Amino acid sequence: MRNKEGVQLKNPYLPYPVRIDRIVTETEDKSLKTFRFVFLDPDDEEKFAYTPGQFAELSIAGKGEIPIGIASSPTERGFVAFTVNKVGLVTSHLHNMKEGDIMGIRGPLGNWYPWDEMEGKHVVIVGGGFAFTTLRSSIIYMLDSENRPKFADISVVYGARSPGMLLYKDELAEWEQRDDINMHITVDSTDDPDWKYNVGFVPTITEQKITSAENAIAIVCGPPIMIKFTQPVLEKLGFSPNRIILSLEMRMKCGIGICGRCNIGDQYVCKDGPVFPLAQLKTMPGEY
Amino acid sequence: MTEKIFTKEEWSGALETLKEPYRLFGPVKDGDFHTFMPLDGDKKPDFDYENSRLSPKTIIYPESERMFEYSLDETDDDAHILKESPKDYSPCAIVGIRPCDVHAFQIVKRNFDNPEYQDPWWTEHFESAILVGLGCNNPCASCFCTQVGGGPFHETGLDVLLFDLGDNFLAKALTEKGEAFLEKIQGESADDAVLKAAEDLKQSSEKKITAKVPTDQLKDKVTIELFDAPFWEEVAFACLNCGTCTYLCPTCWCFDIQDEVSGKQGDRIRNWDSCMFPLFSLHGSGHNPRAEKFQRVRQRFMHKLKYYVDKYENGVQCSGCGRCVRYCPVNIDIREVCKLMNDFA
Repeated sequence: MRNKEGVQLKNPYLPYPVRIDRIVTETEDKSLKTFRFVFLDPDDEEKFAYTPGQFAELSIAGKGEIPIGIASSPTERGFVAFTVNKVGLVTSHLHNMKEGDIMGIRGPLGNWYPWDEMEGKHVVIVGGGFAFTTLRSSIIYMLDSENRPKFADISVVYGARSPGMLLYKDELAEWEQRDDINMHITVDSTDDPDWKYNVGFVPTITEQKITSAENAIAIVCGPPIMIKFTQPVLEKLGFSPNRIILSLEMRMKCGIGICGRCNIGDQYVCKDGPVFPLAQLKTMPGEY
Repeated sequence: MTEKIFTKEEWSGALETLKEPYRLFGPVKDGDFHTFMPLDGDKKPDFDYENSRLSPKTIIYPESERMFEYSLDETDDDAHILKESPKDYSPCAIVGIRPCDVHAFQIVKRNFDNPEYQDPWWTEHFESAILVGLGCNNPCASCFCTQVGGGPFHETGLDVLLFDLGDNFLAKALTEKGEAFLEKIQGESADDAVLKAAEDLKQSSEKKITAKVPTDQLKDKVTIELFDAPFWEEVAFACLNCGTCTYLCPTCWCFDIQDEVSGKQGDRIRNWDSCMFPLFSLHGSGHNPRAEKFQRVRQRFMHKLKYYVDKYENGVQCSGCGRCVRYCPVNIDIREVCKLMNDFA
C-alpha cells in the first residue's frame, strides 16, 4: 500500500523481527520476567523510535500477540525491553522461550505520558505491582543527564505485595542512593527483619510521603484497586484531575484503533490511550 | 455521465463477457435466501430479490482472512518471521448490490482507512472493486435507509446504479470506473421518457419506507448520561448474545486475530468478532469491563448511535438495511432503541 505521495508504507500489522537477547527473572515467584530484544535489522530500531508510556505488541509465530508496556527507555540504545507477567497462552509460551530465539515486536503503539506538560514541574510517580514497567522507562528517561534538568523534584511511590515481588531490585537500590530522586518503596507486608523501607499500601504511603501538589503532576499506574484508592488521596493533596495521569490496560488485538474491542466510549485505549488524564476519564463511561 | 438502457437478456449476456475483465460477484439464490457469491462456473445471479441475508461486506472483508504466513521449521533461515499472505487484488465487480450496503462501505471506510492508519487488506480489496448497485423497487418492511442518510436509489459510493424497469435495466454511470464498466455493455441511450420512469420509480420507492427513526438529537446527548440511561437492562432483557446482529450487519467491523498452525507452517488470521461475546473484552487477569449482557448490548447500540456519531461527525454507524431487525431471534429493534436514545432527556 502507498501513501498519497506514492511512498510505500509498512503494513501496520507486520511485526519487526527480533532476537531475545537477555531474559531476567524479576520476582521470587518467577511469574515476571524481563525480556530484552535486539532487532534483526538494525534499521528497525530507528523505525521503532518510542516515548515512555507507549506499548508494543509482542508477536510469537504460532501463538499470537500480546500488548505490553515498553519497560526500556529511549535513552537506552541497542535493545528494547518488556517485563511480562505469565498469564495466558502467549505469555506462558514466552516464559518458556530462551535467549537467541526469534520472535517479533510491533509498534510503538499508543500515546505516552505528557512529557511537554511535565517540563518544569515536580513529578510524582505512583506505581504498584507489575504495572511499574512504563514507570521504569519514565524514571530512566528522566534521570538521563540530558533530561534531568527539565524536571523539578522527582518522587516515586512504588509498592508490591512483598519484597520478593518488587521489579528491578538493583535499580531501585541504585535510585535510593541518588539525591536527585526521592524513592518511597513499600510492601504490603513482610516478615523480613532486615527490610529497611516502608510497609503499607501504596495509597497510605502516598498520603504520608507526598506533601504537596504545588506545581506537580502525578503519573499513576497500577492495578485497578490501587488506582481506586490512590485517586482520592491525590485529589485531597490538591492534584486537579488534569494533573493526575493514568495508564490503562485493556484486551487488545490490532493495537491501532481498528479491531474495535478496547474502546471506552469513543476512545480506543490502544490508539487514543493508554495514557489518559483523570479529567478526561471522568467524561468517559466507566467501562474499564 | 452515461445513461444506458438494455434488456434483461442483454444484461445476462453481458455478464458472461464481463467475467473476463472482472472477478464478478452477485446475489445468488441460496436455499431460502440470497448470498453474494463469485459468478463463476454456472452460478447465475438472481436480481429479483430483496436483499442478501449475509451482507456483501464479506467480499471486501472476509469472515476469515489470512494476514501473514510463516515457517516454524528451525532449519529454515526465515523460521518464525512473518510474511504477507498473497492476495488477489485484480479488478472485481459486485453487481446488484443494494445502495444501503454500498453506504455501509462508506461508513466502515472511516475505520479501516483513517488519517493515521490504513488497513492494507480492506483498503486494497475495496479499491479493486466496482460497485454496480441495483435500486430497490420494493424496500422491505424493516428497511429505514432514508432515515440514516441513504435511500433505495442512493447514489453515493456507487460506480453504476441500475433501475429495474420491468423488461429492461436503465444503467447510470456515476464514476469513471462505472463509465469503463458500462462501455463493455451494449445498449441504447436513454430517452426522456425512460429517465422520467426511473425518477418516478425512485420517488414511489422512497415513499414506501415509512419508518421514522430520528437521529438528530444523538450528537447533543452527554455520553455518560446516555450510558447511564435507565433503559439498557430492559433493552437487553431478551437478548441471547447470539451475535446474529453483528454477523449480518454490513457496518460491524470488529475482528479478532489468531494464529493457526498445521505441521511446521502457520498463518496469522483475522476473523470477524462480536461485541456480543464476553471473550471480546475479557482481560488476561480475569477482569472483564463488559462482563454483563446488558453492558454488551449497550456497547453495540452506543457504538453505532453515539460513539461513532461523536467520533466521525458523519451520522450514525448504520445504513438502515434492516437485517438485524429481520433476523434477531428475540425481535430487538434498533429503530426503537435509536428512538429511546434520541428522545432520552
